[in-house]
Amino acid sequence: MFQNLFGIHEKALLLYGQRIGVLASNLANADTPGYKARDIDFREVLSQSEPSSQLALAATEPGHISTASADQAYGPVKYRNPYQASLDGNTVEMPIEQAAFAANNVRYQASLGFINDEISDLRFAIAGQ
Amino acid sequence: MSLFSVFNVAGSALNAETIRLNTTASNLANAESESGDPATVYRAREPVFKTLMDAAGSDPNSARAVAGVRVVGIVESQAPATMRYQPDSPLANKQGYVYMSNVNPIEEMANMISANRSFATNVDAINTAKDLLLKTIAMGH
Repeated sequence: MFQNLFGIHEKALLLYGQRIGVLASNLANADTPGYKARDIDFREVLSQSEPSSQLALAATEPGHISTASADQAYGPVKYRNPYQASLDGNTVEMPIEQAAFAANNVRYQASLGFINDEISDLRFAIAGQ
Repeated sequence: MSLFSVFNVAGSALNAETIRLNTTASNLANAESESGDPATVYRAREPVFKTLMDAAGSDPNSARAVAGVRVVGIVESQAPATMRYQPDSPLANKQGYVYMSNVNPIEEMANMISANRSFATNVDAINTAKDLLLKTIAMGH
C-alpha cells in the first residue's frame, strides 16, 4: 500500500539535489580556464525512471541482480552547448547558470512541497479528523 | 547527498576568489612601486585556477562528479617594466632611470569586479543549498 507513496517526486528530489551540485560546480569554475560547463538531462533521466516504462525483475535468490540500483537515481552528466565560449576554453555562461540554479531551486522546493502535502494527507487520514 | 557537496564546491571557489582578490590588492598597492633594476621591480601577479575534481568523481562524466576549484600557483606578468627618467630618485641607476612595476591598474580594477561578482554568486549558492537542506530536514513537520 505504501509503495511509491510520493510518486515521481521522491526521485525528482534526488535529481534536483544532484543537479544543484553540478550547477554549483559550474558557478565555482566560472573563472577556470578550460572548464566545460555540465548539466543533467532531466527528461531523459525521468523518462527512464518512470515505473510504467520498466518492469522490475523478481529477486528470489541472493545472487539475483536487481534492476533497481541506487545509482539509477543519478542522471548522466552532459556537457552544455555554450552560446559563445570564452577564448580560454571556459564554457560557463554566468547568467544561464544562475537562471538554471534559481529554477532548479524552485523545482526542488515544489517537489518538497508535494511530498510534504502527501505526508500531511497521511497524517490526516491516520488521525481521522 | 549532493546538496552537501555545494558547500565544498562553493567554499573552494570562495577561497580561490579570495586569493584572486588578494593578488589584485597586492598589485594595486604596488602599482607605483619602482626599482633601479628591472630584475627586482614588482611584477603583476595573477593566480592560476584549476578544476578540482571530487574524490568520488575522478571521471568528469561520472554522475556524482562535482568539481571545485583551487589555485595551483601564482604567475608573474612578463610584460616589460616601463622605464622612467628620474635622476633625483635614490633608486635611479647610473643613467638616471628607474623601472616602474608593470601593473595595469585598469586591468586590476576589472579583475577585482569580476572576483567580487564570482564571490557573491558562490555565497548565494551556499545560502540556497543551506535553505533547501533546512527545508528538507523539516520535511513532514
